[in-house]
Amino acid sequence: MSTGEGTIRLRPPRNTLDRRAVGWWRTQWLLAAAVPVVPLAVLGALIEAARFWLLLPAAVLAAAGTAAAVLLPVWWFRTHRWEITEDAVYVRTGFFRQEWRIAPMSRIQTVDTVRGPLEQLFGLSTVTVTTASAKGAVRIEGLDHEVAADLARQLTRITRDTPGDAT
Amino acid sequence: MSTAAPAGDWRRLDPRTVLVSALVVAGVVAGAAVPVTLGLTRWSSRPAAVLQMSAGAALVIGAAAGVDRVRWHRTRYRVGEERVDLHTGLLVVKRRSLARERIRTVDLTAHPLLRVLGLVTVRIGTGEQGGDSTLELDPVTRAEGERLRRLLLERASTVPPGFHREGELAVLDPRWIRYAPVSFVAPMLGGAAAGAVLQISDWVGAQGEVIAWVADRFRDTALLWTIVTLVLAALIAGVVGAFGLWTEMWWNYRLEREPGGTLRVRRGLFTSRSISVEEARLRGVDLVEPLGVRLLGAARLDAITTGLAKDHEARDADHNTLLPVAPRERADSVAADVLRETATPTAAPLVRHPSAARGRRLRRSLAASVGPVLVLAVLGTLFTPVLLWIALGCAVVSVPLAVALALDAYRGLGHALSGRYLVTRSGTVRRSTAALERAGVIGWTVRQSVFQRRAGLLTVTATTAAGGGAYTVYDADAAEGLTFAAEAVPGLLEPFLERTAHPGR
Repeated sequence: MSTGEGTIRLRPPRNTLDRRAVGWWRTQWLLAAAVPVVPLAVLGALIEAARFWLLLPAAVLAAAGTAAAVLLPVWWFRTHRWEITEDAVYVRTGFFRQEWRIAPMSRIQTVDTVRGPLEQLFGLSTVTVTTASAKGAVRIEGLDHEVAADLARQLTRITRDTPGDAT
Repeated sequence: MSTAAPAGDWRRLDPRTVLVSALVVAGVVAGAAVPVTLGLTRWSSRPAAVLQMSAGAALVIGAAAGVDRVRWHRTRYRVGEERVDLHTGLLVVKRRSLARERIRTVDLTAHPLLRVLGLVTVRIGTGEQGGDSTLELDPVTRAEGERLRRLLLERASTVPPGFHREGELAVLDPRWIRYAPVSFVAPMLGGAAAGAVLQISDWVGAQGEVIAWVADRFRDTALLWTIVTLVLAALIAGVVGAFGLWTEMWWNYRLEREPGGTLRVRRGLFTSRSISVEEARLRGVDLVEPLGVRLLGAARLDAITTGLAKDHEARDADHNTLLPVAPRERADSVAADVLRETATPTAAPLVRHPSAARGRRLRRSLAASVGPVLVLAVLGTLFTPVLLWIALGCAVVSVPLAVALALDAYRGLGHALSGRYLVTRSGTVRRSTAALERAGVIGWTVRQSVFQRRAGLLTVTATTAAGGGAYTVYDADAAEGLTFAAEAVPGLLEPFLERTAHPGR
């Protein structure tokens, strides 16, 4: 089990997500930040006595949320990638904590396409591929509607043609 | 519903289920009756309270028996050629049907009351998650339970190759009871005992008296000794409880291999349990060494299988344990027997992880122990010096402990390929050495945080349909970990690997 000469690493999957995923992630971050910030700001505007202690966390959270909304989606767009081969589904996600997931076609049990309300707004879909393992699901988020539908069809076809009992 | 299967005869559960239900409810009612009657005497005279209580009890018991009578009347099951059907339900008739070829487990349990009456509860499972995949026959006669078990599990199965041993693989050695008190159960039982004393005395309205009595005992003793004595008393109660629990769980324990490729665990003093695991579903074993047990050189053996019941009850009852805590060599030899190997993969020499993994463990463990100390110290400097002393005390105890645990955790890390199995070991409070069949790996997850990337480490997880669903190699050397995963399952990871020549050396 020698490592041989040179280094071995996982190569990036071939395909990037849809460009619109950046906007989708941004909206998600802004909404998530708005949930605590808006009530804090409103209360701060109304309650004079505690104004400083309400507006300070609101400002900090708003700044952090905006920074995350500006930077993270750009980084994520660079690292989130996916690829389908005849034998496996291969997905890379995460920026600070990268994660590569591989599920062989012969073990795939279900292929789901989901569009959340926000995703619909951006014309995006999420494809979830599950295997018999409770912890082996592979999700590809932020795909174009059409691409996702094609992908689901293709996956269903390949898994049907690949022998295997999925466990 | 399939029409192809010729109709097997429909059978009913054992009618004595009505008696069992009535007796169980009667027991519960009797337990509840004492405090309730005592409570009622506050408002009415004692005979009146007893009378009211008896009437209520009779009503409840009668209702329970009646409901169970209806359930018995409406429950039927049938083992056909291809399917097993169960019709049941109180108001709405539930019809469940399992394909016989998908049945993986048939478990028999009998609590003491059922045992006295010669009855058992049968659970028939397909191994899929979710409640709908299990048929429960509660209860049938023991003979009928055995008949069903044999009928449903016996099939022309291809016996896996390898070292082969039929019959008894392990029986209980009563000396193993010495490992019972070192489990985490003992202190918990001790605490529970103390809590139960207070709770029951509260029901009777004598909690104050009990506390006063205890305080009275310790009137002339220093506070420290009082605490030490009370903790010791609770611990002793816990140890006694642990012995009792162990005896109830593991008495009559036997692990057998039956013809046709089924492993069967039988155990239990009062409640007898029989758990059958089809070997075709076995994907490996997990050698579990909780800290206390490990210090005594012992280990427990769990099965990694697809399709053991995963519901709450089964979880609590150590459903997938093949061998109770026993000496390490015994656990290893049973593992070899169970897996049909000459040498167990759980004892295979493991690849050590790079020292960067030790650094990560030390840093994390120290951060966890120093954090509270710092908070205490800051509060102490701001408010009262007493907190500073407490912080010092905490630091003196927790920092060396954290370092020791981190070093032990690092020593425990390891992974290897051993024959048909991949082996991964990790954990310190609960060290687990899992040997997972390589053919059972149904995917890989590789994780690498920024810190891991800088240290040249990564975490590789093999996902599987069996057991916990995923078995992880933590903080392996990046290149070595990927090579390990690629070799473990040929062809799966390989297409996604990229080999680069050594830059400038």
